[in-house]
Amino acid sequence: MISIDVDKRLGAFHLVAKFAGGPGIVALSGRSGSGKSTLVRLIAGLDRPDRGRIALGPAHVLVDTERGIFVPKHRRRIGLVFQDAQLFPHLTVRQNLLFGRVFAPRAARRVGFDAVVETLGVGHLLARRTPRLSGGERQRVAIGRALLACPHLLLMDEPLASLDDARKAEILPLIERLRDEFGTPIVYVSHAMAEVARLAQTVVLLDAGRVVAVGSPQQTLGLADPGDRFAQATVLDVTLGEVDAAYGLTALHHPAGTLSLPAELAPPGKPVRVIIHATDVSLATARPVQVSIRNVLAGHVAAIEPQGPALVAVRIALAGDGLLTASATRKAVDELALAPGKPVYALIKTVAIDERPLIG
Amino acid sequence: MYALSPAEWTAIHLSLRVAGWATLASLPIAVLLAYLLARGRFPGKTLLDAVIHLPLVLPPVVTGYLLLITFGRRAPVGAFLAEHFGIVFSFRWTGAALACAIMGLPLSVRAIRLAFEAIDRRLEDAAGTLGAGPVVTFFAVTLPLALPGVIVGAILCFARALGEFGATITFVSNIPGETQTISAAIYTATQVPNGDAEAMRLTVIAIMIAVAALVAAELVQRGAARRVSQHA
Repeated sequence: MISIDVDKRLGAFHLVAKFAGGPGIVALSGRSGSGKSTLVRLIAGLDRPDRGRIALGPAHVLVDTERGIFVPKHRRRIGLVFQDAQLFPHLTVRQNLLFGRVFAPRAARRVGFDAVVETLGVGHLLARRTPRLSGGERQRVAIGRALLACPHLLLMDEPLASLDDARKAEILPLIERLRDEFGTPIVYVSHAMAEVARLAQTVVLLDAGRVVAVGSPQQTLGLADPGDRFAQATVLDVTLGEVDAAYGLTALHHPAGTLSLPAELAPPGKPVRVIIHATDVSLATARPVQVSIRNVLAGHVAAIEPQGPALVAVRIALAGDGLLTASATRKAVDELALAPGKPVYALIKTVAIDERPLIG
Repeated sequence: MYALSPAEWTAIHLSLRVAGWATLASLPIAVLLAYLLARGRFPGKTLLDAVIHLPLVLPPVVTGYLLLITFGRRAPVGAFLAEHFGIVFSFRWTGAALACAIMGLPLSVRAIRLAFEAIDRRLEDAAGTLGAGPVVTFFAVTLPLALPGVIVGAILCFARALGEFGATITFVSNIPGETQTISAAIYTATQVPNGDAEAMRLTVIAIMIAVAALVAAELVQRGAARRVSQHA
């Protein structure tokens, strides 16, 4: 389990980060310039912190400036997956995949070549030279190459950022399988809320070189930056329900109500996370009839926070579990006489729920 | 008229041998210097760069004279090498090769350095995180990726060595069969009566060797560049 406590100055930028990851996938998230890349380089051993300690376990220290410990990058066995793959252009796919394997101690070679090739679906590419691969293929080979070095930690730096939606949908489930099948701890770096919401068990949220939140995706994503209504969102835990094949919809069940997803998704009962943006939520004090909105979630007002002179953020404690954020005008909130404790219905357009990160 | 005399054959053979050895022997040194200049951060880097480039701007005669007073029989370095290692440069073909190597070094170092500088450092980072130490990374990633530049550097050095005249004749003189290369033989031929035919024959040979070397270089370099290209 990764634990970090470091200081690093780079010109005017100052990173001060202290956190400990949990089991499963740990996501480092935040806007560009928040310090994610700096942290990646420190963990991988490409840069030295000015001060601090990075450890993968109580006895597994990578850096400790006080005790004068600095494990060089080639002895760390951190499987770094770059945003743009960085495959060796002079080697074939097979040679790329096996590059790190010779350096792994025999006893540590728990990840099988055939299993990785099979999971990542790169078997038909093995003899190819890497410049001829497509973006998605390159990234799958890069993930395989890092994994086959049998690392203590897989460090993925925006691995999907340069791919289109279809390729993302192809690789996201692979990363979940890596976590489940190969048991390698993963630190996943991304600014994309949808990816983080789907993959992460623990989210470390960075802003301007500081850790602003550590917790589950539900507790962290969409909550930073309360003044910016377009950055506010809710990660909602739901389970897949029945498919309405005639209309191409899938029900998403939540104790507070049922939502419709504009796609057919299986299997029923599978837990998934959807993202509801604060600007896509309308409020009503009574259950509405005869409107086009299909999705109504019941709850009561937990808090009302100002969002500039005209707007407020309304936090709604949903029946069952979850805190939904809605952005509204102060005028509307006054006319509805909303106040903490009052029952309220949240209305969400089906078209505002993005099904793409869930596919695959 | 068109047949080459034994002495001319000797000059051609000697030229190729001198240029070949000059290139082969200087190439590892050129790669090392290029790598130091491309990646190293050390005091005196600018000075080292200037010293390497000196033979390019100095009159070749000056370079030859400096070699003579350094590697000559009675010169300090020359006497030391002759006494302890039995290596003699003065008035030998090895001295001609040394002069050619020094003259070719700035060209090969420059080409190889550019190739090193063009490599994406993150590929070396990737090799490092995969477990490769600095030495393995150099030989498995950096050097193969710089190969097109190394080949260009070798060709430039070889071409420079074939054309070298001033430093060679100053350092090791113009001895038929030992230090008289094509260039020196042409010079000699133009200094004697009725030497025009010999000078012309050797000139044609020099042009043929140069064109053949350029074509070979282009083919090899194109093949190597295709192998390491980032694009299909």
